[in-house]
Amino acid sequence: MTTTNYDPRVLKAPHPVPGAPDNWKRFFSFNTDAKVIGIQYIATSLFFLLVGGLLAMIVRGELITPPADLVDPTVYNGLYTMHGTVMLFLFLFPILNGFNNLLIPTMIGAPDMAFPKLNAAAFWLVPVFAVVLMGSFFAPGGPASSGWWSYPPMSLQNPLGHFINGEFLWILAVALSGISSIMGAVNFVTTIIRMRAPGMGFFKMPVFVWTAWAAQTIQLIGLPALTGGAVMLLFDLSFGTSFFRPEGGGDPVLFQHFFWFYSHPAVYVLVLPVFGIFSELFPVYARKPLFGYRFVAIASFGITFLSLIVWAHHMFYTGTPNWMRHIFMFTTMLIAVPTGVKVFAWLGTLWQGNLRLNTPMLFCLGGLFNFIFAGITGVMLATVPIDIHVGNTAFVVAHFHYVIFNTIAFGVFAGIYHWFPKFTGRMYYEGLGKVHFVLTFIGATLNWLPIHWAGLLGMPRRVASYDPEFAIWNVLGSIGAFMLGVASIPFILNMVSSWARGPKAPANPWRAIGLEWLLPSPPPAENFEDDIPTVISEPYGYGLGHPLVEDEEFYVRRSQEALTDDQRQPRHSA
Amino acid sequence: MTTTAPKNSPNIGAIVIITIAVVINLVIAKLMAMWSYSWFPPQASSAAPYVDDLFALETGIGSFIFFGCTGVMGWVLLFNRAGKYDESDGAPIEGNTKLEIIWTIIPLVTVLVIAAYTMNVNMKLQNLGPKHKYTIGTDPTALMEADPIADVGPIDVIARQWSWEFVYPNGVRSSELHLPVDQRVNFRLISEDVLHSFFVPAFRLKQDIIPGSIISYSLTPTKEGRFRLRDAMFSGAYFSQNQTDVIVESDQAYGDWLTTTAKQPLQPGLDPGRALYDRRIARGDKGWATVPPAPPPMVNDPGDPSIPHDA
Repeated sequence: MTTTNYDPRVLKAPHPVPGAPDNWKRFFSFNTDAKVIGIQYIATSLFFLLVGGLLAMIVRGELITPPADLVDPTVYNGLYTMHGTVMLFLFLFPILNGFNNLLIPTMIGAPDMAFPKLNAAAFWLVPVFAVVLMGSFFAPGGPASSGWWSYPPMSLQNPLGHFINGEFLWILAVALSGISSIMGAVNFVTTIIRMRAPGMGFFKMPVFVWTAWAAQTIQLIGLPALTGGAVMLLFDLSFGTSFFRPEGGGDPVLFQHFFWFYSHPAVYVLVLPVFGIFSELFPVYARKPLFGYRFVAIASFGITFLSLIVWAHHMFYTGTPNWMRHIFMFTTMLIAVPTGVKVFAWLGTLWQGNLRLNTPMLFCLGGLFNFIFAGITGVMLATVPIDIHVGNTAFVVAHFHYVIFNTIAFGVFAGIYHWFPKFTGRMYYEGLGKVHFVLTFIGATLNWLPIHWAGLLGMPRRVASYDPEFAIWNVLGSIGAFMLGVASIPFILNMVSSWARGPKAPANPWRAIGLEWLLPSPPPAENFEDDIPTVISEPYGYGLGHPLVEDEEFYVRRSQEALTDDQRQPRHSA
Repeated sequence: MTTTAPKNSPNIGAIVIITIAVVINLVIAKLMAMWSYSWFPPQASSAAPYVDDLFALETGIGSFIFFGCTGVMGWVLLFNRAGKYDESDGAPIEGNTKLEIIWTIIPLVTVLVIAAYTMNVNMKLQNLGPKHKYTIGTDPTALMEADPIADVGPIDVIARQWSWEFVYPNGVRSSELHLPVDQRVNFRLISEDVLHSFFVPAFRLKQDIIPGSIISYSLTPTKEGRFRLRDAMFSGAYFSQNQTDVIVESDQAYGDWLTTTAKQPLQPGLDPGRALYDRRIARGDKGWATVPPAPPPMVNDPGDPSIPHDA
């Protein structure tokens, strides 16, 4: 009976590339299965998390004592520039695209992405620009070293005069990353709008899909501005134009508009899916419906809209007149409203819940705890006089890392642990996961909380050396950073050993509600294939006792019966 | 779409607990706000008290929100944990429209109040004058109209990779910035190469210096002492060395300094990155590429970096 349930409204993606390998080799091939691509993204980005982390260790090693004594100041500048670039463009953006690939099709009941080959091409651009970016370490004169924002005219200084230089490769890598992200965004937005299962109206979509949609909309609007700015910078650097060069009548501040028009919203591109992860996980582990589901879903687009009109708050002290500073202060502060809605909704979800504190939940709770703190310092930064004092100091760096690491990376870890059984078919080791959480939480707090005070006292960011009055805060911060380095050991051990030899995962180990949990673990190549279920309820029906889809028992039974790849194969060809 | 839990009669116990929690939270928030004043360097400009008051206000409100939210988290962690074999669900509360509207409005009103207060503060500071574009190679100072209400100035602040130079209206040049206390001083901010930023933490003030633009900037120091001026906008290899001191002194001492310094011959001024650059050259120019430091400014008063600063 269920085979006749196919709904012509659901677009079917083309089949995977014929003859694509179906063993471990598929992760190294041009595979068009979104789940394979998702894991390719995640594995690649975790590798670069280690690379970026290693660069951070050297930076924090330099900062553990006041004088610049570990590396040459030029090397220090290159290291932290590359740290920021690697972490953003090779860790966070790709890993969240990995989640999008794994979760969007499975959560909305689509067989694959709308454009599977575009999807694979978008992924394979990542190693390409990774090589370009890493190649800049070997460029004459060293890698780009003008900070991850690469402000001209300093980024245009090319002391050795070579055509191929670190900055050139950096701009190239950023532009390629932008192209890859736009390819991804087109795909995700199309998939969400066109390929939902029958019955899945917008207000029956899981919040992760809402947030991914909102985030990818920002990509589509903002990235062209950054890419345009990057191309102009490249022209200034390599072909002698003067868009930003003051000697030729250009204005360096213009670049800052291009850069921040995208790069502030970029933070929301990263944090929105993490809000999605929080919204998925709190209901599961508190055993409660998501409080105010529609408010939370709509608030995502509230953030998208506001994020596009906040960029000049990065430029309060570039000679921006007061009336403009006030407008951008207002819009920036207004972001607190939709984010506040989300935070309160999560607290409402936890309230009177029945909490299970396993690793994903611990990372969610830790991430939420840190995010509340980061939100408050964010409002402080929006107010003009305070931003004028703390802007470009260590305070901003601390706030930024509270968002980027202590919230976003926490959410990423929570998501990895939560969906690990679903997509690898194996359970992770809970003990190692908890050790990872404890080390990460203590390390992250010790790393970034003290740095706020260094900034309030007036320590500028990006310095290789500093006055002794900032020493205590930096010593604490460096100890925390090294602890974060140690925290990666149980994580790596857990991921590698669990995937290789962990216990087989059942279809729904967390008793979670959602289409992805009605699939076997790991899901077959085209998810539900022709048996796409018809959605009849809002998500998060914990404790409400109504089924999510028509004929739910059939899907539950089928997901539990299909245990191994071998068993699944005949059904696929039947 | 939204259902609420069945209505109970008013729970006296809960009301008492919530009231006590709110009062404790208010007390903590107040203490945090008071404490926040000690996180800053001393207040040395007319802007500083405004900034510190605003920060204390935000610390108070922020602490109330932070401890309120994390208090709820702590509560559920203590009292809403599932037992080891407890497979049951929590209370199936999906939402509460009234509550959701209230907690949309509360943050909205809070940020609007803070924003209005901030605008008010910001109008009082009035540091930033006009910004004029000029062509590199021409004399930027010809463009700039001086701040009409300033008592002193305009003093030219010239930033380079990596040194500071200050030129006074009577032609005196120095590597350290001398200012008279309690007088409004007007600056013309000029950069000769890349972006720099004029940042004196004790003044709570910062202004980027943009090559190709000359910016009029004013402030009033209010406390005598020796304060650190830092370049806050990343400017390359020896950026972290690009610091000098601001000496705020009595009107008398400032006047004396101007007259005695005017008689000094020009000599190379502070050039803090030079020693590091020389060491690099001595090692064979190792490390990743950098532009060489600009020649040291020729000044009447080279300053003395060995004197300890107050903040």
